[in-house]
Amino acid sequence: MADETPAAPPPFVGPLEDKDRIFTNVHGYQDWRVDAAMKRGDWDNTKKLLEIGQDGIIDIMKASGLRGRGGAGFPTGMKWSFMPKESKDGRPSFLVINADESEPGSCKDREIIRHDPHKLIEGALVAGFAMRARAAYIYIRGEFIYEAKVLFAAVEEAYAKGFIGKNACGSGYDFDVFVHRGAGAYICGEETAQIESLEGKKGQPRLKPPFPAGAGLYGCPTTVNNVESIAVAPTILRRGAAWFSSFGRENNRGTKLFQISGHVNKPCVIEESMSIPFRELIDRHCGGIRGGWDNLLAVIPGGSSVPLVPAAEIMDAPMDFDGLRALGSGLGTAAVIVMDKSTDIVRAIARLSYFYKHESCGQCTPCREGTGWMWRVMERLVTGDADPEEIDMLFQVTKQVEGHTICALGDAAAWPIQGLIRHFRPEIERRIAAKRGGAPVLEAAE
Amino acid sequence: MADAPQIPDEAEVRARWGGFAWTAENAEQAKKVIARYPEGRQQSAVMPLLDLAQRQVGAETNTQGWLPIPVIEYVAAQLDMPFMRAYEVATFYTMYNLAPVGRFHVQVCGTTPCMLRGSDDVLDACYKRGLKKGATTADGLFTLTEVECLGACANAPMVQINDDNYEDLTFESMTAILDDLAAGKQPKIGPQIDRQTSAPEGGPTATKAMVTENHDYRGEW
Repeated sequence: MADETPAAPPPFVGPLEDKDRIFTNVHGYQDWRVDAAMKRGDWDNTKKLLEIGQDGIIDIMKASGLRGRGGAGFPTGMKWSFMPKESKDGRPSFLVINADESEPGSCKDREIIRHDPHKLIEGALVAGFAMRARAAYIYIRGEFIYEAKVLFAAVEEAYAKGFIGKNACGSGYDFDVFVHRGAGAYICGEETAQIESLEGKKGQPRLKPPFPAGAGLYGCPTTVNNVESIAVAPTILRRGAAWFSSFGRENNRGTKLFQISGHVNKPCVIEESMSIPFRELIDRHCGGIRGGWDNLLAVIPGGSSVPLVPAAEIMDAPMDFDGLRALGSGLGTAAVIVMDKSTDIVRAIARLSYFYKHESCGQCTPCREGTGWMWRVMERLVTGDADPEEIDMLFQVTKQVEGHTICALGDAAAWPIQGLIRHFRPEIERRIAAKRGGAPVLEAAE
Repeated sequence: MADAPQIPDEAEVRARWGGFAWTAENAEQAKKVIARYPEGRQQSAVMPLLDLAQRQVGAETNTQGWLPIPVIEYVAAQLDMPFMRAYEVATFYTMYNLAPVGRFHVQVCGTTPCMLRGSDDVLDACYKRGLKKGATTADGLFTLTEVECLGACANAPMVQINDDNYEDLTFESMTAILDDLAAGKQPKIGPQIDRQTSAPEGGPTATKAMVTENHDYRGEW
């Protein structure tokens, strides 16, 4: 960074100060109800935020550099700007908020919903207003039973206070918020599957185009946003785009909820600056790697759908979209799954293959048949009951699934296996050799 | 398909559930649910209504509940949609039980983040108590299912039993939970170790002021 122009200071990559944290009640030490939330700053003169105007809000969101927090990282402000500015045929527009958090490793939306629900509802209003939506549907996964109870109650509170509904916050704008519970289907996190599900059907993704911004829920213009993307919006509008974009590296701005699971001493959910180095994140908030840094084997840095990264490459990598893409992986939802050297790495990935087999919606043949096929081969690789050539065959099949399905579930099933073969091929070969009675069985990988 | 649920005999199910109707309270609730969706789009309410129906069946049978065919027909008729469209929904989503379950539906998460933290031990605790995957114990108390990621990965391993999550489990704490439930006691919901929700064990590393007061950070902006 030193050889950049002298005028540009190095990017701020953490640690975040408490005053710059958006989700101050993320661990639920305090009450989630509206009165407590207002004391923390939620619903503080929201009318003034709406007075910025629809285009003004979108401009601020664009300038803030916020990229969608649901995994794909699409710029949020730009997404909002795709919505029609006026309805030429009388169709209303809808905002759908994706709270179907089901990606293995992800558990951030749950914390927002059960401990800071008013940030989400206020965000729904400003986002819905900016994109000229008539209502927001919050699609929450069915297994979040307690969380849904909180959310239903929080929405009632917001209606009772006049924050949403007719003349929301005294702005003259009418806006409704509805909560819709899912019933257990990972695929409903995909935006068009979610829309199908909201319409009361099986959650099977739609072909695009038409894109939801043209014809989405009930055939009306629709934007689907992640919970975190929506819930940070009011704070960004209050503190300004420059504040939010002061965190993280260029193109990777803002603060982010990281969810660290697996073999760290203290797994947790924590808000940090984007681009924080992996080592700093783990040492500061998770009490280090179980058994010390030398014991780290690999990390899945963005939820189960992204390829794993071996220890040596991840240790000092910046945790952001571009930094992890450079390592052949991705930030995804910032669900960091840490694996130490006690891990049976082949089994860990085989379990993910089972997950994708279980969750494939069955619509596209490469995914429906491929996920089951890949899982069965993976199970044999776990025990070494395979032919060495099957490793290449498996890799080839993942390539045939990837990119040949309507939605990205096929890709998501393929990538973890590709990551495993890319980085841990010797371990797979060792197991096959051991099974065949040749080589002695060594301790763990590497 | 080997692990697919055994759908009960239809004649028996019709005899038992053919006369299913909402309770007065649930009829009210059903109306409220349908009102959330635009006119003519009442099919959107099929998921919440199936859930409501499953809960009513659960209340009547003192189990978590399930969806007999006549009950699905009842919901489809109320929403003016073909039975098959509602049946499709009931079979697509995993939270609808297509066969009877026990008093407590023990849903152990076995996906990788939980596996890394010891979901095998949690399952072992279940097996040791006589639970079998996909089956209900002879006393009708427990049904065991291994489920996919339930979204509490920072509190792994975890189990959802009916509506409640039990997190940060070990073989011992899972055994204790099953013992409590069998004895008619309500175990502590949430993390089973000394920990506030998803904060690091031993106390938070940030926004520490929140532990003792509802701190407003705006003064420091």
